[in-house]
Order: sequence, then C-alpha cells, then structure tokens
Amino acid sequence: MRTFLALLLTLLAVPVVAQDMLPPAPYAYQQLDDPALETQAQNLMLTLRCLKCQSQSIADSDAPMAGDMRHQVRTRIAAGENPEAIRAWMVERYGAYVSYKPEVSASTWPLFVIPLVLIALVLFVLSQRLRRRA
Amino acid sequence: MKRLRLVLWGVVAVVACLFGLFAFQLSRPKDDVVVSAMIGKPMPQFDLKPSVADRPGLSTRDLMDGKPKLVNVFASWCVPCAAEAEQLAALEQNGAVIVGIAIRDRPQDVAAFLQAYGNPFTRIGADDISEVQLSIGSSGVPETFVVDGKGIIRYQHIGDIRAENIPQLLQELRKAES
Repeated sequence: MRTFLALLLTLLAVPVVAQDMLPPAPYAYQQLDDPALETQAQNLMLTLRCLKCQSQSIADSDAPMAGDMRHQVRTRIAAGENPEAIRAWMVERYGAYVSYKPEVSASTWPLFVIPLVLIALVLFVLSQRLRRRA
Repeated sequence: MKRLRLVLWGVVAVVACLFGLFAFQLSRPKDDVVVSAMIGKPMPQFDLKPSVADRPGLSTRDLMDGKPKLVNVFASWCVPCAAEAEQLAALEQNGAVIVGIAIRDRPQDVAAFLQAYGNPFTRIGADDISEVQLSIGSSGVPETFVVDGKGIIRYQHIGDIRAENIPQLLQELRKAES
C-alpha cells in the first residue's frame, strides 16, 4: 500500500526544469516570407552547430538558444547579409567548432590529403602487380 | 613470401595504433566546453534595457568608463546561477564591480531571484533573445567575463564560480587594470 501511495505521489511530482519563461525570438520558428531567402537561411542553419546540444544543428534543435541563433540567421539574411558572412560572424565568436561545413585549414588538411595518398598508394601497388602478371 | 609477411605485420601495427587511439580518446573525459573566441577583442556594440526597476540597463559605453568589470551572464531560471550567488557577493566585497546580463528572463523572475540570492550587480541588462550573449561568444549560463576599462574582453570563466575561482578572477581584474 505504501509503495502504491509513493508511486501515486510520483505522478504529482513537478519536474524542476531549467527553462526560461519568455516566448521564442520572433524568427526562431517563423519562416521568412521570401522562399528564396528562407532557403538560404535554412541551408545555413543546417550547417551551424547548436551550442546547447552539440550534435545537432540549429535547424534541428528546440533549445531556446538555437531558436535565438535561428533568429539571428533569418534577420541577417532578410537584411541582405551573405550567408557566408553570417557563418564568419559565428566563427569569429565561437571558433570553427560552431560550423559544420568541412573546411581545409591548418588542423584539418590531413583529413583531405590522407585519402588521396592512400588512393595513390593503392593505384601504385595495383599497377605493379598487374604489370608483373602480364 | 617474406615481403608479404612484413606487409601483414605492417597492417597489424596500423590497426594496433588505431585501437590505441580509440582507447586513448575513449578514456578521456568528455570536453564539450565552447570557449569564446572574443577574448582580447572589444566588446561588441549593444544597448540593453534595464532588467529590473532598481538597476539601470547595460550598454557597451558603460563598459568603457576606465574601470575593469566582471560581466556576469546569468538567468533566474538557471540553477548554477543561484549556486554562484555567494561567490559573486564575495567578489563584490573584494571590490569587484559586477554588471549582469539576464538571459531570456522576465523582470518579475529576475527581481525574485535577486531577492532570494542577493544583488551584487550595479547594472543589469535584459537580453531577451540572447543577442548580446551570442555576440560575445558565450554558449550558456552562467558565464563571467572580465572586461577592462576600455571595453576589451580579457578573460572568460565558464560555468558557476566556485570559491576556489575567486582568487583567479580577482587577479584577472587586477591584470585588466594595467
């Protein structure tokens, strides 16, 4: 009986949420009127990292901060700013981590070079063997 | 035949290295802290309206009056922000000027929060859509920035301030003085 009561009480428990009470920013969930601009914004939002939920893009995330970032992206696009300029603005503040777009840089170049080297190596070995067989 | 065996050992070595790398990376604690890239750069232009009735709002100009300040990014709905209140009070007692940026917060909630945990702030700006937070590269609450008298961001503390962080913050403030 006591267990049952305890279980019943858990139904009344109110979860303590660290969540704000303010409505989302105007353009967090509101699309831009111009479909072309909205597409630009959408493409950019898909390649910006949500800083609260770091494996999601800001287009995927329902975190309030992601909503505020979408608002930034949409209002800046609507004001005529170039998507890459907005990406640069974010990177200037949060570092390259905020962008999902693959970029060749001082720390990432091996990722691009190693596959090419491996393919070259495979082609070389293959050509050697084929020649020997012929 | 001998060459083949050598090549095979090579493959084994490469795979062993790979597993070694996996083991190393998996044994390291997860580090998901995003450090602001704005340290050393001037505070961006902003002008925030007051968050509560008894404190003025916060603008970039207020951070350029020649005196270094702590800029505390907080919210009443954030639990660690309540936990660091004691430390902010201690910093204030040690002469630190602390201004606040309230993220996505209703005035009545901020007022109740300050009532409950104390008010170490000389100014509190209301950042309702995290605009200023985004522009200074802050990725959560609470965070505390040291800004020098010219409005240059000098230091960032991520997460709640613990008692052991106080000397560091006071030292950063002194460093910002020069």
